[in-house]
Formats: sequence, structure tokens, C-alpha cells
Amino acid sequence: MDATLKPRDTRDVAEAVAWAAAEEQPLEIVGHGSKRGLGRPVQAAHVLDLSDLSGVVTYEPAELVLTVKAGTPLEAVEKLVAENNQELSFEPPNLTQLIGGRGASDENGAARTAGTVGGILAANLSGPRRLKAGAARDHILGMEAVSGRGEVFNSGGKVVKNVTGYDLPRALCGSYGTLAVATTVTLKVNPRPEACQSLVFSGLSDHDAVRLLCQAMGSSAEVSGAAHLPEGREGEGPGTLLRVEGFSTSVDYRIGQLESLLGEFGTPERLDDTDSQNLWQQVRDAKPVARDETPVWRISVAPTAGPEVLAALRNQFDLSAFYDWSGGLVWLSCLDGEIHDEEIRAAVAASEGGHATLMRADASVRSAVDVFQPQPAPLVALSRRLKQQFDPKAVLNPGRMVRGE
Amino acid sequence: MTAISMPAPDQEVIARRREILSALQAIVPGEGVVHDEREMRAYETDGLTAYRQLPLIVVLPETVEQVSRVLKYCHQNNVKVVPRGAGTSLSGGALPLEDGVLMSMMKFNRVLDIDYDNRAVVVQPGVTNLGITRAVEHEGFYYAPDPSSQIACSIGGNIAENSGGVHCLKYGLTTNNVLGLEMVLITGEVIRLGGKHLDSEGYDLLALMTGSEGLLGVVTEVTVRILQKPETARAVLIGFPTSEDGGRCVADVIAAGIIPGGMEMMDRPAIHAAEDFVNAGYPLDVEALLIVELDGPEREVDFLIDRVEAIGRANKATHCRVSQSEEERMTFWAGRKAAFPAVGRISPDYLCMDGTIPRRELPRVLARMRELSEKHGLRCANVFHAGDGNLHPLILYDANKPGELDAAEAFGADILRLCVEVGGVLTGEHGVGIEKRDLMTDMFSEEDLKQQQRVKCAFDDKHLLNPGKVFPVLHRCAELGKMHVHKGQLPFPDIPRF
Repeated sequence: MDATLKPRDTRDVAEAVAWAAAEEQPLEIVGHGSKRGLGRPVQAAHVLDLSDLSGVVTYEPAELVLTVKAGTPLEAVEKLVAENNQELSFEPPNLTQLIGGRGASDENGAARTAGTVGGILAANLSGPRRLKAGAARDHILGMEAVSGRGEVFNSGGKVVKNVTGYDLPRALCGSYGTLAVATTVTLKVNPRPEACQSLVFSGLSDHDAVRLLCQAMGSSAEVSGAAHLPEGREGEGPGTLLRVEGFSTSVDYRIGQLESLLGEFGTPERLDDTDSQNLWQQVRDAKPVARDETPVWRISVAPTAGPEVLAALRNQFDLSAFYDWSGGLVWLSCLDGEIHDEEIRAAVAASEGGHATLMRADASVRSAVDVFQPQPAPLVALSRRLKQQFDPKAVLNPGRMVRGE
Repeated sequence: MTAISMPAPDQEVIARRREILSALQAIVPGEGVVHDEREMRAYETDGLTAYRQLPLIVVLPETVEQVSRVLKYCHQNNVKVVPRGAGTSLSGGALPLEDGVLMSMMKFNRVLDIDYDNRAVVVQPGVTNLGITRAVEHEGFYYAPDPSSQIACSIGGNIAENSGGVHCLKYGLTTNNVLGLEMVLITGEVIRLGGKHLDSEGYDLLALMTGSEGLLGVVTEVTVRILQKPETARAVLIGFPTSEDGGRCVADVIAAGIIPGGMEMMDRPAIHAAEDFVNAGYPLDVEALLIVELDGPEREVDFLIDRVEAIGRANKATHCRVSQSEEERMTFWAGRKAAFPAVGRISPDYLCMDGTIPRRELPRVLARMRELSEKHGLRCANVFHAGDGNLHPLILYDANKPGELDAAEAFGADILRLCVEVGGVLTGEHGVGIEKRDLMTDMFSEEDLKQQQRVKCAFDDKHLLNPGKVFPVLHRCAELGKMHVHKGQLPFPDIPRF
């Protein structure tokens, strides 16, 4: 009796989840399906498709507040805010090339979209600007959602500053739809920078590159992107990238400031607005590791630990990688097609702390290994208690984050 | 005496006081356990001084192990625990319980690690907010959230309350600046969340902990993000004939793509009180005064100051002055920062409220506040974090006049209901505590609050940590856990499925 339920409104969602809980029939929660290949494969016979829960509820540019239904396409939202000279500052990535083609296609078989607002929040995915502007979770203000009990609830608010009650909207970000189904979300939007320029330094070792990035991040130049591509943009050799955004007079000044601050690393190439945008989009969407079908990991550690983790792994297997977030985010492709989860977990454990997520692998692999970072026992128990409170019958995306839960 | 009542103390626990005392003394030696009534007086209230209560016992642990053992003992023996930082909460978050142990974290006062490369500082929770900046400012760094109590308030308390400050429109609240925590659950289990790396590796429990008002766990270590200080900062003082003009100016600044480091507004009573107190040079013939601070590279700041000035003039500003020196900038702020004590000079007591509204509602809210002021027969002065719509109405009253505290509280409750009515919230940065606890039902439905309490049940199912705060009614976790199941057909069969 596999069914796809396509709710029209919040009430339908509540009804569907209540039914699922009563019948103990697990649901896979889907927007556009663009991130279906992310996380562990869900063990559910039925699909709850939220793509009809789409549209802007309210948008008040002067208040910096946007409320949309959770199934609204991300691209539509970005277009709307851009028309008002605003943006989602966390720079939501489009991972279609990396993980698309695994259920994320329309009737014509083409990769559909960058996904929905609900999806990007459920996975808490952020781009290069995360360093300066915060993550997806830092931009959520409020949420209407349906718990695994089929109960509709609101949390947070529709103003930019609010500490009333537990911060459930933020906590639900990154929960991959395993605690509640978001139906409406309120986001904080920001003015779109007037100008953007980048610097590209060439020929640096990973270690020196991350030293440069950390120095730039520790300056007052308000760097909004700090990445290192050991193989360069087109295989031309190492390129270390810095981005500065804002009012053009200020961007010029800060770019100059960085050039003199970082003189010891050589003379960088300057990229203008358009080239900058293109370059950072590549970084945002993990393009350097998106080609082919190799397993891809995303590792988050302290920036200075990035090169150490990667050096340890390079000794063990053939890989291609690049750094974002000042060196703290490592995107890694296992060129031999193996998963290497043990080596990667060990390298992360040897650093000061962090986590690794298997971003791309076949479903059979993703159900066999830990896709997310395994956690210590008390944390596992606490997360399980939270899951039981919100979804006692385990009907929301069972198995997506943790095997059997 | 006062309108907000705390849960009835458990006499059975009070009767066990001696036994509990010796158990705690076995865990925390020497002066780490305070039980003398006179010494415990120091802990009977926090920043919400209208409420006072002596705790059962005060304990000041020094190690994580002691925290863990105390909590475990309390959990096993059903003793309530109220965690406390510096005791500056304005919402009564650290108000003790007669039948509860008060756990002060102020002996956890060390800076553990300063890591400039990774822009992270690891501190113990009793370190003050300003103490973090002090530890790194010689290298040009600072910690961005700056609640006005920053000289005294602890970072652990900032986590509990998700504290803000005048700079949070641009730099975020505590939750946006915290990277990691070590904390102890009521069971005594120690867990670590986050660290110097970004984003959480499972459920974002860091998000839940930040702003949880001491109801979910006791923080024993904090990792925060530090930033390099902006190259310069300048402020402009803009006076308006009406609050509508001021409000429109704020909206126009934001619409111009400018996010100022700080954007504060004061109404006429607040301007006059502040000017009388510190002689900041505020104009006295305006209805609304805006302080807009721009920070960043000098060239950017100069450019933006000109734009803000022009926007002010376009909105009928009658007074406009740009700070010409660091000293003058500080003078502009001196008045705003002294607004509370300044109001304290013109009134024996005052209540500081903390609602947030959509900014467009400002004129309507101010007009309604004037009506409420007449209704309750009390004066009110207003300061706002104008950029984010966070209001701080100060209600002036005299606690020695019978009925005035009640009237002030009723006035405050009306203001907060008004905030919710216009689409805002009860608290922007001070927390719910006991102060706004009974108003939670004005903002949230029963169902909304149930979900919040489910979080509590996952962390502390016996309701031992800081009970009586935040939630107007405590549902037993067993009761909340029940599921009402209605079996039935596949839902909404009338619509297409693939």
C-alpha cells in the first residue's frame, strides 16, 4: 500500500502524520527530493510530499523578515529577495550536481531544483559566507510545524530578536525531518552587498594557505569567503581565495588592506564582481569534488586542524579535496571509490574535535556505514529521548540520521 | 505581596535539609556550601529585585566533577536545583526556591584557552562577558554580544538567557556567537556540544541550550567566537519632531542596505532623564532621538555616516550631529547607557520591560502605551534597540506606595500583550523567567507550550532544574508522553496521489 501523500495545507500534513502515527506507518518527508541522496536511506513505505506547500506568506523587506511555506523553491525565494536587494546571507548551496540524479528529477528526468526552503533548513546547509554571516540555522526566526504526534505547533516568532521560550526553530534545523515536519518558516533576510571582489593567491601549500586564511579572518577586513583549492580552479595548481563584500568604496579599501597584510604570501590576482560570483558559486556547490561518482565526505574541524586532517588522510589513500571556511571545512573525494570511513573518523578524532559526514555514496553504502558522526553514549541517549518526545512512533524519516531510529 | 506565585515548596524536602546539607558538604568541601541564613541573603534575588526568596542551601562547586556529583545527588533524591551565574537576570531567572539548592557557578572563573588563529576562546561559565573581551583586546579582538550588564554578567548566564545588546542587529545574539559548550545534565552526565569547529553533528542541542534559562542543564565550559575590532566607529545623533519620523528613518536606513553597528531610539521622557543625568548634549525639543553607530573601515564609516545623515534629513530631522572624536561618540552613548539609572533618579523604582515588535508598528505601540500610562496612572520612559524593534519601556513607580508595584506589573503585562497583539514577542533579550511566565499563554497556544515542555522532558523529566520559570503550567512528563491515537483511513483521500 505504498502511497505518496501530497498535502495542500498544514491541516493535511497534521492529518497525514496523525494517521501515520496511529497506523505506525513511517513516512519519508520530501520537498523536491533534491537531498534524498543525503543522509541514510529512509525506511518508509510512504512519502509525504510537501511540494504543494509553496508560496510566500509575508515578506517585509524593511523588517528583514520573510515568511514562506516550507515547500517553497529556494530559487524562487532567492529571486524574490534579490528583487528587493536582499539575500539569504547563509548562501544556501545547490548540491544538485553533487548528490542530484538520485531521486531529484522532474517528469523529464532533468535535475529539478536546488530544493526547497524546508529542505535546506532540515539539512542546515550553508555556503562560504557561513564564516561571517552564520549558518542556515542562524537565519531562522520562527516555524510552524507538525510533530510526529500529528500536533501542529508554532515556535519562535516573526521578529528579528526574540528569546521567548526554547529555540525550537533553530534546534529543528539540521534534524533532517526526524523530529517534526516544518510547514511554514520565518527567515531573517539581509541587505545584499553592493559589490564583491576576490583575491586569489597561487602556489601555496595547504599549511601556508590556511595560515593565510586564518590571518585574513583575524583581520578587520570582514572577509566573507576564505577557501583553498589545492588543485586550483582548472587544475592549474593551488589557489587560495579570499572574498570581500559590501559597499564598493569599502570593498576596494579592504581588498587593498588584505593585499598589504598578506604580502608575505605573494601577489594575488584580483577578481572582479562577476568572476568572484562565479568562483564562489563553485566553492559553495562543492564543484571541485562534484564530478564523477566517487564517495564524497564533508569534514568540519577547527580551521587550523584542516590541513593536519587532510595530510594524515593523504598518506592513506588517493583523494582530491578542497577547503572552505578558513580551512575548517574539508570537502574530500575518495578517488579509489572506497568509503574510508574508519580512516576519516580516526583523523577527525585525532583533531581537537569536529565531525565528518558522508555526503555522497550509493544507498547501500549509506545504509551500511555511519553517514553522520557517531556520538558519545550520553549524547546518543539524550538525542534519542528528544526523538521519542517529538516522534514516539518513529514515523518521521526513520533511519535518516541514526540506524533504526 | 506580588502577583507572580512560585510552586508550593515541598515540605518533605525542607524537612530533609540537614541530610541534604551533609550530603552536599561531602561533595563540595569547606566554604563551597553556604547554609547560614545571613550569608545566603546575598543570593535571595537577582536583577528582578521585587522578588526575593532564600534558597534551601547554596552550593558553589569548583570542578565539573563536583557539579556532576551534586546534580546526580539532587536527581536521585528529588531535590530541585536553581543554577545561577552573576545574578543579573532581569526576568527572575535565578530566583531561588525555598525547597531548592541554589548552584552558583561563579567559582568557574578562568579563561582556559585563547586561540587567535581559530578565533575562538574557551572559558569557564563564571567569566564575565566583558572579561572575555578584556582577555583578547590587546590583540585587537573582542566578543561581540554586549548586554548592558556586561561588566558583571557571566557568560554562563548569557548562554542561559541568549543575551543580546546594542550590537546584535549586526553581530547577532549569544546563540550566533557560541561555538561550543560542556554541560552537565541533571543526571550528572557530562556532555560536550560543538567546539572550535562549525555546525553540530546531530541534533542542534546547542541551539536548545542557548536561551533555555537554566531549565535544561548546567553549563561548565563555553567556547565563543571572537572578532577583530572594527577599524573605527562613529555615531550620529538625530532628533525628530515625532516618533513616526524616527521610525521611518530607521526603516529607510535598513532599506538603503545599511546595517548599523547600533541603532538606538529614545522617547522624550527618556531623553530628558538621560540629559539631566549625564549632559550628553541631547536636544530637548524633540520627540524621538536616534543614535546610529556605524563601524568598519574608516572610509566605509565616513561614506555611510553621510548617507544616514541624508536619510535623517529626508525624514524631517530637526537635529543632526555626527561625532567628531571617540570622546564625543562615547558621550552620545553615555546618555543612552545611563538611561536606566537616569530614570532611577526621577523615580524611586522602575520596571524594565523587554518586548519586540515589528518596527512598522512603533507609532501605534507608542500611542497605545501613552493610553496605558494614563489608565494605570504611572509614567513610562522608552528606550529601544530600534534596528530590531526591541523595546525597553521603563515603568516608573514607587514600591512604598501601596498598590503601585501591582499597577506597574499590570501596566507591564499590558505592554507585552500589546507587543504580541501587533505581531511581536514577549521578550527580545531578557528572557521569560518568572516575570513573563504567566504571559506565555498570550503568545503561545497550549499545543505550542506542550512541545516546548517536551524538550524539557527529554533533558529533565523530573522537573528538578529551575522549576517555576518560563512555563505557566508544568505538565508531568508522563502525562505529556501519552499519545491519543485515532486509527483510520489514509488521510485526505480526495486529493491526487502519484
